[in-house]
Amino acid sequence: MPVEIDIAHVARLARLKLDDQDLETYREQLGVILDHAAKVQSLEGEPQVESAHPLGLENVYREDKKRPSLDRDEVLSQAPEARDGYFVVPPALESGE
Amino acid sequence: MNKPLHDLSIAEAGEKLRSGEVASSDLVEAVIKRAHLTEAQLHAFLTLDSEGAREAAASADDDLAKGKDRGPLHGIPVALKDNMTTRGLETTASSQILAGYVPPYDATVVTKLRDAGAVIVGKTNLDEFAMGSSTENSGYGMSFNPWDITRVPGGSSGGSAAAVAAGSGLGALGSDTGGSIRQPAALTGIVGLKPTYGTVSRYGLIAFASSLDQIGPLTQTVEDAALMLETVWGHDPLDATSYSGEYPDPSTDLDRGVDGMKIGVVSELTGEGYEPAVESAVSEMVERLEGAGAEIVELSLPTFEIALSAYYLIAPAECSANLARFDGIRYGLRAEGATTEELMAATRAQGFGPEVIRRILLGTYALSAGYYDAFYGQAQKVRAGIQEDFARAYSLVDALVSPTSPTVAFKAGDRVDDPMAMYLSDICTIPSNLAGHPAVSVPIGLDERQLPIGFQVMAPALGESTMFRVAAEVERIASFEARAQIAEVVG
Amino acid sequence: MSYEPVIGIEVHVELATESKMFCGCDVSFGSPPNTNVCPVCLGLPGALPVANRRAIESIMAIGLAFNCEVSSRSVFHRKNYFYADLPKNYQISQFDIPVCHDGYLDVVVDGETRRIGIERAHMEEDTGKSTHIGEGGRIHSAETTLLDFNRSGVPLVEIVSKPDIRSAAESRAYAQSLRSIVAELGVSDARLEEGSIRFDANVSVRPTGAEEFGTKVEVKNMNSFRSLERAVDFEIRRQIDLLESGGTVVQETRHWDEEADVTHSMRTKEGSSDYRYFTEPDLVPMVMGADWVDQVRSTLPELPSERRRRYVGLGLDDDLAGVLSDADVALREIFDESVAAGATPKPAALWLTGEVTAWLRREEKDSSSLELDGSTLAELIAIVDEGVVSASAAKEVLEGVLEGEGSPREVAESRDLVQISDTSALESVVADVLASNPEAVESYRSGEQKVVGFLVGQVMRATQGKADPKMVNELLRTALSA
Repeated sequence: MPVEIDIAHVARLARLKLDDQDLETYREQLGVILDHAAKVQSLEGEPQVESAHPLGLENVYREDKKRPSLDRDEVLSQAPEARDGYFVVPPALESGE
Repeated sequence: MNKPLHDLSIAEAGEKLRSGEVASSDLVEAVIKRAHLTEAQLHAFLTLDSEGAREAAASADDDLAKGKDRGPLHGIPVALKDNMTTRGLETTASSQILAGYVPPYDATVVTKLRDAGAVIVGKTNLDEFAMGSSTENSGYGMSFNPWDITRVPGGSSGGSAAAVAAGSGLGALGSDTGGSIRQPAALTGIVGLKPTYGTVSRYGLIAFASSLDQIGPLTQTVEDAALMLETVWGHDPLDATSYSGEYPDPSTDLDRGVDGMKIGVVSELTGEGYEPAVESAVSEMVERLEGAGAEIVELSLPTFEIALSAYYLIAPAECSANLARFDGIRYGLRAEGATTEELMAATRAQGFGPEVIRRILLGTYALSAGYYDAFYGQAQKVRAGIQEDFARAYSLVDALVSPTSPTVAFKAGDRVDDPMAMYLSDICTIPSNLAGHPAVSVPIGLDERQLPIGFQVMAPALGESTMFRVAAEVERIASFEARAQIAEVVG
Repeated sequence: MSYEPVIGIEVHVELATESKMFCGCDVSFGSPPNTNVCPVCLGLPGALPVANRRAIESIMAIGLAFNCEVSSRSVFHRKNYFYADLPKNYQISQFDIPVCHDGYLDVVVDGETRRIGIERAHMEEDTGKSTHIGEGGRIHSAETTLLDFNRSGVPLVEIVSKPDIRSAAESRAYAQSLRSIVAELGVSDARLEEGSIRFDANVSVRPTGAEEFGTKVEVKNMNSFRSLERAVDFEIRRQIDLLESGGTVVQETRHWDEEADVTHSMRTKEGSSDYRYFTEPDLVPMVMGADWVDQVRSTLPELPSERRRRYVGLGLDDDLAGVLSDADVALREIFDESVAAGATPKPAALWLTGEVTAWLRREEKDSSSLELDGSTLAELIAIVDEGVVSASAAKEVLEGVLEGEGSPREVAESRDLVQISDTSALESVVADVLASNPEAVESYRSGEQKVVGFLVGQVMRATQGKADPKMVNELLRTALSA
């Protein structure tokens, strides 16, 4: 099956700023890989969406107990920009959820 | 007869430590010296922590002098793939997006190694975020194969493999998502093991594909692999996928031999694309296992033909989400951007290498509206089919064997421009990841160019004892004692 | 043409656990920024989530309280979208197998009970908090955004109603009733001001009688029940006006502007909402077996529907049972105590839902601070029954009790409200009243018996209301017939 890829849309979803030339290269490469990957469609049966743990693990929880948090200075020392205990970013264009 | 210290196995070094013949500090100095000699050619390490290693060795020696023995890894210098977080020590997963990142916490395996008295000598190179089969996707330059420095050491744990093969660590930890421990072990002539999914904590392992990633050892011997595995595995409450039941004993059957065992040969893992030297070495080993008393059964597992396809949908899908957190806000690289959105998109495009971008795009596509069912959904179905095929096989045999890699180490640059050719390197190793089963690569010989060939032993989930039993016999039969040629060049 | 509004409400409830959903960080409010954070809730490389058992039990409790079915098996999904306050750039949430589904909530609006269906309740994690700094503090003119991840990873339950709500008033009633049940379960602080409970409304309108739904608009940012009602009301009118003037409703998210009393369209990038849900591989399936569900059920407090039935069984009529059932927990506790102390249920309920509630409103006090217990209320009812105070004086006695002046008997004494039940004392007042109202006496004797009421009033006035009106009535008739 020939694979159609709106590569610019995919790059936008993945938050990757790529130029047109790069997009075209990736589109071609993805086409080849997806042609190969499309072999998965040869297997019949109901689609499986839940990837079960190989050892059948279920109901793994932690008890509702506090654990120490990280030291803020240590955390913020890794931040590209921080101020007054906050991480700093330029303004958002879009609203969140 | 007298091996240089950096050539000792972990078991041998342990004996010498306990007899007082050598100190941990001696081992560490030998290994650091070895690393200094070989690094210019191999580039196995991203960070060498000589100072930290010396301190840890001194403390290990102190403990031992006081009679405090922390177990088989006490005082042993080991290397760590740089996708496991180490508090206070730069951890980049070979990505420019994490350049300079110093984690505020230790991965669970790191804690376990430290608690066991092991000495971490440094962080080894890998394909960026463990995506690759050659280390050529490292954001900091590739590593080279000690057997032939024009060739790749395999990947993604190529730095760990090169380090152990060259003696810059008596053992190392790697991570294996589709073969990333076993394939480089095969290409560098050492033992590499991926345990049952859920037995080694992934807490602190920088995730590539969460449902497939598993940490495991790379060592010179099968016994060493068992010793390292026993040290790092076990239930971890910080990892919800960590197994909390009873664990097998890897060492118990090491000397038992294969007499009376049923061993399956997978007919799908042969033929086109497999180098003749690899195929003949593997066939010969199968015959010798039969000679050692095993019953050999040829099995067809049809889903193995499409395992690679399923893997290259599932792993990228998971990675597209796992790598979303690298956005230039809380840590790592930040590129310019007038808005948060632009900053994120620019940071990610600049910080990730091409293979990582390719897989993120692939995974994003496979999960996106309109394509999910045909790609990701279908791939999960294949995954279930592979588990069924394995289950059927293990109702007939105790273990399965195959080549680890269809080829020996290939030339640097040979496959970089052909992603599909690179992906085919993992064709023998991927099924065990998709099933969550243990598998190990054991070196069985050299091809005509003096390049190592690896033999893979697979077992069902929690079948590590069985897997080690076969692997130990393979090792005895092969009596592979060759060391990487780099040893002769510089040693 | 007339239109019918169709409304669904999404409620986000922050759970009052000790620690976050997937890590051990503290969830309490008011800590300095970025102090309740760890590798997990900051999305540091290598960190892994582990689900909080109490949070799962809390959502099960919520589901059971809203008559939901608890799924026997449920899984977490990753919801993928990039946003600065979402550290992993995916939210751990649930997609097609929520923990709870298919429940309902009965709400009373204008004395009529309406059953609002609940589609699902699912578990997720909260995001961090962005503060936009810049001119006017508005998003569009912000120059910088400050990020605090203390709220990141706080357990959040999302409760989605079916589109069964038909008016702004019903929206409010649903939200209020839902909030009070959640608060009663003890699983959340459920405070609107702190954002520990948040309401979004999906509003559409359709021609009355039509089967198909109209285009829906999501309305956000309502921080009180009143603003929810007003926002829904505004949005209904906006959509009807739009349709009547020949326009069409656009599917979008709108922001309620409290000050301007209108909804504004929010800027969203087209096609950006492809969340690419897939099963969270870092977590394993949840299996809610019958034993676990029963165990959670056994910890539930009495729910409003059960409570109403119990009250009716105590002799309250449906309306009064409903009103008391929806009353604050403190009032209901006083009710139960008073009945246990021997009070007749109906007057006890009437006192609490009437005078006591009115006093609280007047004094702007919270029911939890009431200085009234069940035995005190029982005593108040008893002294009315015994005729110690009149029904009207009893209101004043209550006020004294609530103001902390003592027991009902003490207040009746100190405020001089005890009824005159001494016959001889009353007889002389009666005699005085008759003597000074000869016309009334004449009227009575000529057959106009209703004049007694006037004379009772005169006696009551002379005794400053302290006489027992029944006794006065009897004494007057005796004196007049003499």
